[in-house]
Amino acid sequence: MGNRTIVPFGPQHPVLPEPIHLDLVLEDETVVEAIPRIGYIHRGLEKLVEKRDYQQYCYVAERICGICSFMHGMGYCMSIERIMDVEVPERGEFLRTIWAELSRLHSHLLWLGLLADAFGFESLFMQSWKLREQVLDIFEETTGGRVIFSVCDIGGVRKDISSETLMKIRTVLTEMEKELKETTSVFINDTTVKLRTKGVGVLTKQMAFDLGAVGPMARASGIEMDMRTQGYSAYGKLDFKPITNDGGDCYARTRVRIKEMFQSIDLIRQCIDKIPGGDINVKVKGTPNGEQFIRLEQPRGEVVYYTKANGTKFLDRVRVRTPTFANLPALLETLKNCSLADVPILILTIDPCISCTER
Amino acid sequence: MNLNVVKKSPWILHYDGTSCNGCDIEVLACLTPLYDVERFGIINTGNPKHADILLITGSVNEQNIPVVKQLYEQMPEPKAVVAVGICATSGGIFAECYNVAGGVDKVIPVDVYVPGCAARPESIIDGVVKALDILAEKKKAMPKKRIGEK
Ligand code: SF4
Repeated sequence: MGNRTIVPFGPQHPVLPEPIHLDLVLEDETVVEAIPRIGYIHRGLEKLVEKRDYQQYCYVAERICGICSFMHGMGYCMSIERIMDVEVPERGEFLRTIWAELSRLHSHLLWLGLLADAFGFESLFMQSWKLREQVLDIFEETTGGRVIFSVCDIGGVRKDISSETLMKIRTVLTEMEKELKETTSVFINDTTVKLRTKGVGVLTKQMAFDLGAVGPMARASGIEMDMRTQGYSAYGKLDFKPITNDGGDCYARTRVRIKEMFQSIDLIRQCIDKIPGGDINVKVKGTPNGEQFIRLEQPRGEVVYYTKANGTKFLDRVRVRTPTFANLPALLETLKNCSLADVPILILTIDPCISCTER
Repeated sequence: MNLNVVKKSPWILHYDGTSCNGCDIEVLACLTPLYDVERFGIINTGNPKHADILLITGSVNEQNIPVVKQLYEQMPEPKAVVAVGICATSGGIFAECYNVAGGVDKVIPVDVYVPGCAARPESIIDGVVKALDILAEKKKAMPKKRIGEK
């Protein structure tokens, strides 16, 4: 047995913009155990439901996380809508789907960039983030915000997208697809990239299942789970299949996410083709009473919303189980027996979002 | 923005308090090709001992107060602190949460406040430029010392 050393990782670390602290127990260069310490970003915003009424809480839900902000808002609104039996107009549902898929696209691009940065490929990082800016431009044009939009509302959406803008989005995406192909081919074919990701952090199908992994993490280990197949919002009317890969390593996870980006582009195109006319929202009156359980697919995986209302303006409870939280056990497992140099890549491979995990 | 007057290329240290990530990504977006502050020599360093300006997003809480203080103390003089986003300024939308102590100025002196939720990259860059002037002033006010003198 070699010498044991403990190396602290974080909370302020160049690889991750967000603070998480890990105590890495090393035996020579190999990690034998990783002990996480969290709580740096905990704000306690679930308890804020007692101070903000159910409509104001929309804004708080959007700020659970700045990356999948739209989908958090959407999940919260959907739970209230189901409690109150509100039927969202079809155009509203399609618009929500478009914004949700654009969010997935920007989130995956952001992740690709950070991954490239983690193994020191600076220009690839820049390239990915440059592509991401195009998506943000679409957001800015359609909603007015770059990262936080506040367009999702209980009963539908606040803003409509005109048909000219929809066409414009289509052309932008077609152009982008070409560039995306070029950039992502580096992640798939480049030897140096492969050396860093292939065979690193293998998570077998059984392990992924036992540890309760979700999202791209589970799909890259061969588990076919994608909450979008439930058909919420407009997903029921679109044609798609969950993307899986049997590799289980970092390379497989990169491939899954890359394919998902093209899938998102395809889904947006389908939405633009099929979007019906009509209203985008309905007026919501009264107060909610009852409870609801909702599952959505976010860029990082399945998110669960539990909401309980008591007939007044203020909700009893909102509980969120975020995808990163579900993926943490899998991360700690893959960190065992890896070399110290691989730690940043392994941490990034689950696409961690600490701010929604700790809320 | 007139950057011709900039005589110094400041290095930046970014710390994420309890931000929702919205402001964080915007800070990172400043470094990427569209805004590209790196062409002025502004670099995001991970080492507080190399940094001139501390950018903080998000408010502070019990757990990260010691971290923020430590980072600030490790930075060499002269130094400036920029609070990015309304969270870092006052706690913002989360001000009433039980685990939010308030704006960053509760713990360390803040020189520039950047408004917005999320703060736009343009205003973040503006904030950094403002901080440059403050840095220069602070430098002037510093007593002159010879090398090796305590
Ligand atoms: S100011 Fe707004 S966008 Fe920025 S960290 Fe706070 S809640 Fe998020």
